[in-house]
Amino acid sequence: MRVLAALSGGVDSAVAAARAVEAGHDVVGVHMALSRNRDEFRSGSRGCCSIEDSHDARRAADKLGIPYYVWDLSEEFHDTVVKDFLSEYSAGRTPNPCVRCNEHIKFDTLLERAQALGFDAVCTGHYARIEIRDDGVRELHRAADAAKDQSYVLAVMGPDKLARSMFPLGTAETKSDVRAEAAARGLGVSNKPDSYDICFVADGDTKGFLQRALGESPGEIQDESGAVVGEHTGAYSYTVGQRKGLGIGRPAADGAPRYVTGVDTARNVVTVGPETLLSVSTLEADAAVWLAPDVSADAPTRCEAQVRAHGMPVPGTVTRDGDRIVVELDEPMRGVAAGQSLVVFDGTRVLGQATLAKREA
Amino acid sequence: MPPHYLDHAATTPMLDAARAAYVAELARVGNPSALHKSGRLARSVVEDARERMASALGAHPTEVIWTSGGTEADNLALKGLFWARHQADPRRTRIVTSAIEHHAGLDPAHWLESEHGAVTVVLPVDPEGRVDLDALRAEVAAHFDEIALISVMWANNEVGTVQPVREIVNIATEHEIPVHADAVQAVGHIPVDFRASGLATMAVSAHKFGGPVGVGALVARRDLTITPLTHGGGQERRVRSGTLNAAGFHAASVAATEAVATLEAEADRLGVLQRQLIARVRDAVPEARLSGPEPGPERLPGNVHFVFPGCAAEALMFVLDSHGVEASNGSACSAGVAQASHVLIAMGRPERDAASTMRFSLGHTSTQDDLDALIAVLPEAVTRARTVAGVFDASVFG
Repeated sequence: MRVLAALSGGVDSAVAAARAVEAGHDVVGVHMALSRNRDEFRSGSRGCCSIEDSHDARRAADKLGIPYYVWDLSEEFHDTVVKDFLSEYSAGRTPNPCVRCNEHIKFDTLLERAQALGFDAVCTGHYARIEIRDDGVRELHRAADAAKDQSYVLAVMGPDKLARSMFPLGTAETKSDVRAEAAARGLGVSNKPDSYDICFVADGDTKGFLQRALGESPGEIQDESGAVVGEHTGAYSYTVGQRKGLGIGRPAADGAPRYVTGVDTARNVVTVGPETLLSVSTLEADAAVWLAPDVSADAPTRCEAQVRAHGMPVPGTVTRDGDRIVVELDEPMRGVAAGQSLVVFDGTRVLGQATLAKREA
Repeated sequence: MPPHYLDHAATTPMLDAARAAYVAELARVGNPSALHKSGRLARSVVEDARERMASALGAHPTEVIWTSGGTEADNLALKGLFWARHQADPRRTRIVTSAIEHHAGLDPAHWLESEHGAVTVVLPVDPEGRVDLDALRAEVAAHFDEIALISVMWANNEVGTVQPVREIVNIATEHEIPVHADAVQAVGHIPVDFRASGLATMAVSAHKFGGPVGVGALVARRDLTITPLTHGGGQERRVRSGTLNAAGFHAASVAATEAVATLEAEADRLGVLQRQLIARVRDAVPEARLSGPEPGPERLPGNVHFVFPGCAAEALMFVLDSHGVEASNGSACSAGVAQASHVLIAMGRPERDAASTMRFSLGHTSTQDDLDALIAVLPEAVTRARTVAGVFDASVFG
């Protein structure tokens, strides 16, 4: 197969490309430049967007003996991922930019370009497994290494995109195995630290990034009775379930910690309350992408639901109605914010994904 | 199979004689500034090279200031002349340049503007990339006592347009304004005679005419004061400190001598290939449009530059490269991201054209085979690049 390997400059994508080469594919490496002004993005060895990272990607391609190109996707990245990030926060929702990047950049723009240039598949360093069944159905599964599993952020791609994707690291036992493999292959990135933060928030300060982009907008923090208990600098920068950084001097009457229970950007009000108010038993989500053509879920179907990249899956039943998904949870979940990505699993298998809707207060 | 190399304007293979000279001199020890015998011998290599280089360029040996390449020579000329002329007369704040300069000429001017109070005046060009002489005349007439220097390249690196250097110098001479020319693409390819040109300074790069990378020169008239960029041992008339690169200078001078000696015959040979390539590209891709002047004295003989309407240059390059045909789509930044050409924009082309260019540059190793290989894959590359244009750059092609 002709395979386009996305090389971020990190260890995972380098080893994934190496495995694709070793499997006998005709591999070309591409690094995606996501910012016009590279200095704005996280620098050093943390992310995928700095000049150092493009250098590391180039050196990995050299080592593998594959052609290497840099594609400028900065406009697409800004227009889809960064703008979406800001508009979602300004609407009082909590977006996951990595999901958006997979949806719009890696498995859309990149995949389309690759296909237009005659490639059969795009290979990335994501930790997830694709299983092809005898009947031809492709299943997306959690990675062998549960700690590194990234099936949550990949679930947004539809079956047609899954058919043109390749995740050679899905079977890796652990991340340290991947590092050892990189070292054995002579890839200089074998000791490069993992990245965790959002790549376009250079200093990891999401609140500061939002305030610089959206401006300060002071307003009230109210408790569940409507009483004003504090002030904020912009409701958009709060997330339901958040406990830290509220800056409320006066404790609750019962002394229990308070959490953000609601973000109303239209009124610019943040509501706080006790942990009990955060509990949710029903998850409703829109814009569903369904990855399991053999599971209709028209009727309630057993599943596990996950709403954060590293969140615990909670058992329940899922019902799908077109592009809307409803999950009735066996036990309540807390810290559920509109805008988050809901991924529904059956064991290790991804059934589908959708975006959590605003809860009616 | 070795690739078909059509990127000689980026760098051209070293001439055999220059490579042999380089390797031989690398065996020598001795700092040319040292006073002992080894030092004296090394110095004599440097001075022989200086004389040879001067002779090839129509300059006096004392006018050759060795540098690390064309970019350093351009920086030295622009900053060194601006600082010295501004210091001599504080009214002189203007740097007059053109919109189609190489970044090595444009960026120092803009840097002087942002950091040193210069006023950069960018002259427009005509649709074939020729500097607008009327605009220059008007600028000089209005501001002659405020102009620190004029900087216009001898020949453009992207579209190959040869600039009217003689006329530019004539306009400047009346007011004794120094003119700098970036002659990096010209030397060894079209006749360049520093003395006859009337230029104040001229930048030269060895690896563009078969010498080694990392060697260049600023040719500078003796009557000019140039403020140094680097301070140290005081080499090169105290204008350019740093240990002298005897082997590099030697090889550069050998390359310059050969390139200039064979220039006429080589220009004829390349001119034939150039005309043939232009005709065959037009034949294979009828909607392709040549940028810059038709072949002749106003165009570098090795330069062929086309706009392929509706094609993303990145994709064209990608497909050609995968077929072993190596060409360029304009200037690349350090991270390797292709950008729309500022030269094409200056020539009045819309942004979508400026993102749809390919430059095929010929040199001393180019043969008919290279052209055949390109023409064999070009139609497919264009078809593919056209299908993916929207995918590649929706903001330009969407």
